[in-house]
Amino acid sequence: MNFFLEVLAGGLLAGVMYALVALGFVLIYKASGVFNFAQGSMVFFAALTFVSLTERGWNFWLALAVTLAAMVVLGMLTERIVLRPLINQPPITLFMATIGLTFVLEGLSQLLFGSQPHGLELGIPDVPIEWLSEKWNVNISQFDLFAAFVAGLLVVVLAVLFQKTRIGRALRAVADDHQAALAVGIPLQHIWTIVWAVAGCVALVAGLMWGVRNGVQYALTFTALKALPVLILGGFESIAGAIIGGLIIGASEKLAEVYIGPMVGGGIESWFAYVVALLFLLVRPEGLFGEKHIDRV
Amino acid sequence: MLYREAGQFKSTYGQDQQIFPIAQDRVAIFALLAFAFVVVPIIGNQYWLAAILTPFLILALAALGLNILTGYAGQLSLGTAAFMAVGAFMAYNAMLRIPHIPIIGAFAIGGLCAAAVGVVFGLPSLRIKGFYLAVATLACQFFVLWAINRIGWLSNYSSSGVISAQEIVILGYPVKHAMGKYLLTLSIVAVMALAAKNLMRSETGRAFMAVRDMDVAAAVVGIPMMRTKLLAFAISSFYCGVAGALYAFCYLGTVEPEAFTLDLSFRVLFMIIIGGVGSILGSFLGAAFITLFPIFLNLASKAIEDAFSVELPHAMVSNLEAIIFGGLIIFFLIVEPNGLARLWQITKEKLRLWPFPH
Repeated sequence: MNFFLEVLAGGLLAGVMYALVALGFVLIYKASGVFNFAQGSMVFFAALTFVSLTERGWNFWLALAVTLAAMVVLGMLTERIVLRPLINQPPITLFMATIGLTFVLEGLSQLLFGSQPHGLELGIPDVPIEWLSEKWNVNISQFDLFAAFVAGLLVVVLAVLFQKTRIGRALRAVADDHQAALAVGIPLQHIWTIVWAVAGCVALVAGLMWGVRNGVQYALTFTALKALPVLILGGFESIAGAIIGGLIIGASEKLAEVYIGPMVGGGIESWFAYVVALLFLLVRPEGLFGEKHIDRV
Repeated sequence: MLYREAGQFKSTYGQDQQIFPIAQDRVAIFALLAFAFVVVPIIGNQYWLAAILTPFLILALAALGLNILTGYAGQLSLGTAAFMAVGAFMAYNAMLRIPHIPIIGAFAIGGLCAAAVGVVFGLPSLRIKGFYLAVATLACQFFVLWAINRIGWLSNYSSSGVISAQEIVILGYPVKHAMGKYLLTLSIVAVMALAAKNLMRSETGRAFMAVRDMDVAAAVVGIPMMRTKLLAFAISSFYCGVAGALYAFCYLGTVEPEAFTLDLSFRVLFMIIIGGVGSILGSFLGAAFITLFPIFLNLASKAIEDAFSVELPHAMVSNLEAIIFGGLIIFFLIVEPNGLARLWQITKEKLRLWPFPH
């Protein structure tokens, strides 16, 4: 039972990490209908920029601020150079453009900072919490809890941003209907810039968390692939869906790895999450919290 | 003046319905085929045939398969490489386990197995659409590669999962040289491309396009949704499976499952986007572009090194290539979202009027 609990908790906390990446996807999809495949490489770019700056002896906060600024500039450039000329194109074209952006970002970050892996320390040790392991014999990493806390904080901040602020209302209006939003005088371009900048900041947070866990290396770009099942499970348009989808995927993946994996020869984590998400989709085609589409002829 | 259909009268339904109704098109396609079958093997050297033209044709076939599914039937798929892998490994197994099977038969079995896998993973398309479906096809990509790695039978229990494609023998003659493999690939690709061109003009093709443009409306006018969508998946996967078998037998020779990763799926997707979604010709143009472009970049970087007599670090060159490649894709999408096939179409329309502007 203890072992089960430990696996479950580990899975849930891993799910939070997936959700961190999925959040970036949701933000951009919500506000512009673009399925941003480049989110994974944005995570990589952010983490690599930050770690390279700190390794050059920069102060933690200074490096953080500079990286944040870089992500904002990146968001602005993306909007100006990639998205604005592609307004009114079908979604698949925009999706392809973001795959192109993935190549550019991966090339750029490795060109600037080199491709060797870096370690990252944020001052929170990745060790089991002592009193938990003593009392209940359950090992839960301190860092995982910290990551979960950060993710929770991020969700609250984003929820407040979307629900309570003027910008948030504009964002929701744009997500609802581009043309209607334009008609009432919401500057579409500014909104997109803001969304991409915010998604860049989310990518930075995700990059830091993943960087501490697995090191800052090229494999970080694959976090996007981990986030996709979370995304379709939770629904593309829902911030809450990203978190809850992440928890479901993380927990079921870890449990399956431990309990089903040995039966079929292991290594199932590469596809199990997708199958779970697929099964959910067969029941609810728009994900758990996605908006229901009504098709009219 | 050169390209004008004025004066070409059609007096039978057969003439009216032929694949290339304009005489100049017919001449051009025969000239192109003659060039590819006769002139290229004579003037092409080993390197060109084996390393550029054969993979170009194979990837064009895969792009054609994806184009049937994505371009004509409107179902976005990211699992192309998985279908290719199924085709490659099942063709290998057919050669291995069925005595005296002709190579074409093995390719067909590879294609049919890929089609079966395609139908299974196409089932979700009945419920889910758009990007949800695209992500669902990723499940296929990862699951198939995992299965090939795990199930020893598929790779004949080789310890590393690597298979060596058997020697190709056609009517008793072994095909060993680049030229023979090129001609075999070319024949299969030419036949299948013509078949696809014809299929897309038939009732099936029109049903695909109706589903693509609006599936609810298509269902309302009586197009069976399940049959059409699954057929699209089956045909598309069949093409990809045959392409995968050719990839293994005529290009790679020694095949590991890692040859069919997500990267390959994306490359094929790029081909149809750059070439033109929903166009047979576009699949070929896109494949040509994506195959030739890295070679061109390589030559360019060498030329720069020679011109300035500097040694560019290898990592820097490959990163620059990635940046240029990605940038170019974005550029293409902005300038011509309908792909190279659209440029060709515009050229033809201009040619019809030439030398008069209107």
